[in-house]
Amino acid sequence: MEVVVLLLDGVWAALQPTNLGLAFLGVVIGLFVGAMPGLGSVNGVAILLPFTFVIQEITGTISSPMIFLAAIYYGAMYGGAISSITLGIPGASTAVATTFDGRPMALGGHAEKALVIAAIASFAGGTISNIIFTGAAPLLASVALKFGNPEIFALMLLAFATFIGLGGDDVPKTIISICFGLVMSAVGFDIISGAPRLLLFDSTEWFSRGIQFLVLAIGVYGIGEMLWTINSTRDSFKMTEANITLARVWQALKSFPEAWRGTSIGSFLGFFVGILPAAGATPGSLMAYGVTKMVSKNQEEFGKGRPDGVAAPEAANNSASTGAMLPMMTLGIPGSPTTAVLLAGMVIWGLQPGPLLFSEQPEFVWPLIGSFYISNVIAVVVNLACIPLFLKVLRMPFSILAPLIFVLSVVGTYAAYQNIYDVWLMLIFGIGAFLLRILDYPLAPAVLAIVLGPIAEPKLRQSLLLSDGSWMIFLERPISGPITIAAIILLLLPLYGFIRKRVKARS
Amino acid sequence: MSFARKLTFGIVALLTSLAIGTAHADFEPTKPIDFVIMAGKGGGADKMARLMQSIVEKEGLASRPLVPVNKSGGSGAEALVALNSATDPDHTIMVTLNSFFTTPLRQPGLGIDIMTFAPIGRMAEDTFVLWVHKNEGVNSFEEFLAEAKARGSGWVMGGTGSAQEDQIITDFLNDTFDLEIKYIPYKGGGAVAKDLAGEQIDSSVNNPSEALGFYESGDVIPLVAFTSERLPMFPDVPTLAEAGEDFAYYMQRAVVGAPGMTDEALAYYTNLFAEVYNSEEWQKYKSDKSLLGEYTSGDDLADYWQTQRDRHETILKASGAIN
Repeated sequence: MEVVVLLLDGVWAALQPTNLGLAFLGVVIGLFVGAMPGLGSVNGVAILLPFTFVIQEITGTISSPMIFLAAIYYGAMYGGAISSITLGIPGASTAVATTFDGRPMALGGHAEKALVIAAIASFAGGTISNIIFTGAAPLLASVALKFGNPEIFALMLLAFATFIGLGGDDVPKTIISICFGLVMSAVGFDIISGAPRLLLFDSTEWFSRGIQFLVLAIGVYGIGEMLWTINSTRDSFKMTEANITLARVWQALKSFPEAWRGTSIGSFLGFFVGILPAAGATPGSLMAYGVTKMVSKNQEEFGKGRPDGVAAPEAANNSASTGAMLPMMTLGIPGSPTTAVLLAGMVIWGLQPGPLLFSEQPEFVWPLIGSFYISNVIAVVVNLACIPLFLKVLRMPFSILAPLIFVLSVVGTYAAYQNIYDVWLMLIFGIGAFLLRILDYPLAPAVLAIVLGPIAEPKLRQSLLLSDGSWMIFLERPISGPITIAAIILLLLPLYGFIRKRVKARS
Repeated sequence: MSFARKLTFGIVALLTSLAIGTAHADFEPTKPIDFVIMAGKGGGADKMARLMQSIVEKEGLASRPLVPVNKSGGSGAEALVALNSATDPDHTIMVTLNSFFTTPLRQPGLGIDIMTFAPIGRMAEDTFVLWVHKNEGVNSFEEFLAEAKARGSGWVMGGTGSAQEDQIITDFLNDTFDLEIKYIPYKGGGAVAKDLAGEQIDSSVNNPSEALGFYESGDVIPLVAFTSERLPMFPDVPTLAEAGEDFAYYMQRAVVGAPGMTDEALAYYTNLFAEVYNSEEWQKYKSDKSLLGEYTSGDDLADYWQTQRDRHETILKASGAIN
């Protein structure tokens, strides 16, 4: 009961005009940076961090600047879906999985439906995770601590398994695609030995940071998609135009229950992945997509515009972003790149995030948690209200849209890391993705691998260092054991199906 | 800004300018300044860099903004290469760690000579402390030595990166006290702190700023400081010198300019960061996070680099990381 009182106080504080105004401003900025390809919540928060000192000076509290930054974070999670759906370029790394089904829906003339589902699923994900956060933050912090190196690796293995174990796609091609992503993720400097790996032409300018995930994602979904559309339609490109009427938006709202499964899986799974340090919203949304597809009865419809396929990643990325706040506030460890910057902000404001934050700084913690709820409401309202505006993008003729996508892809890639070599790499990936697409290779697994590879590899090697090279470490430990076994079963599922078919064919 | 602080700034600015000579004050940045951070977002170096940026912003110390750019690739190799090939050295500065010394030693192929970088100012020296979990049952450095010896390679030390600060200290402990501690490299100090709190590893040599949260909650305890004198924050924690070993190890937190920076620009930045150093916020951060060291710049800083570079060369050669 005490928690409810504290929360109500917090919500009340967040509803004060200054805080409400800051949350609104933050959400709008977040929507914008989220929708801009290449700029994500991390850029928005990092760029505006110095501005928060002005807010702190004016308001005299430390919760107000944090409310502002958290609102940007949420806004960006909503915003990422907008360009994923209308342009087919992931607006932020967290919204890559939204393109898988959101883009086909838009091409099929249901853009307004995709946008509405994305907004409502985001809201549901954000709110469900806020409730879990409010009720169980300290408890969940101790769960996060139980996840050591072998446990996190087991979880990554499970994520890969969900992508391989699904029917629909060609299994050998999926595995090749995953391997391609893993090789890309290995480029750079070896974390364990520090030795340079796979540096083509010994070029440190090109490869010293490794290949950034966003470079591959924008190449594949921005340039690759554009080339594919040009190729498949030649000059007779015609997108089914989405009519902007309130009735259609209302219709879309009413059809939301179709996406309940994706929304609920995304909300819970996203939160859980979010609280694990080192993971964050991007792996969370990709895993939610994989799991939703796996449990669905209509797997073959995924990738062609399935409402669940839009709802799962969107619910998950919002949920994971609240989840990632948990280790940041209770353990002082960021769960995602954005929370790392938020953490830097808290330190600069003189706070010591860690196990004592909740008991020592309630006047900071509770208004912030209250603002999570408020920001979500603001974000969903602003987002729904702006849908007609977003749809205008789709009315552009493709002869204008294609150059726009090209320019946004180039600018977005450069903006993300200010490195011109990334732009060349992105273009090479775009052309490569187009060729692979002609050969009918699924590309989502490669994207998943380049996100999860850099998390999984160090965890695998740290675990094996711990166990002196024994693989049993993954099976022996109480938490990693069951997860590893589940992953192995999933990996073997296609093989089982294959054998059963052969036996049937014989008899 | 209070009058007293204005006065302090004025005096510092005056003293610095006197110390450096008269051939400056002509330089003013004409565009935003690239503020390269030699580490990823959220780590110790990043937090510090963003604090410096915010102080410059808040106090209006520079006419153009500092624009932080994280270049964390290859233990700082990416950042060093970026500075070495900067097209506008007068507007390119960098926040450094000890990888400023070790990375060029380990990768001679990069063609980096750190003595060509412009010595702007050392803002602090970060300290290292040995930490264990409270459930480990180890309460002193002596008990640590006994327990680690008994467990051999079953004692696990987590640390940031390989052949960097944390591993250098671990190697030193192993060599000096005849231990076989197993070192597991992590990507950052935060992950190490979390795994120590979760009892996934047995000990760490985190900087105080990284371990503070779990120290205050009582989850981890400090055993020994790798400093020449006891840290004011942990008055009961002995130094390694007290245990009879003359070993102190610090992490430099310095701002350097790109090679080729003009003397006028160097004087400008030296002055700018002296003001940051003397600000109330920086001094508070320094004492809160148990940082040591006075502001050092110019030839003194260059001498410090030369000493540190040679010392790291000896350490890395001894451990076989380079030959």
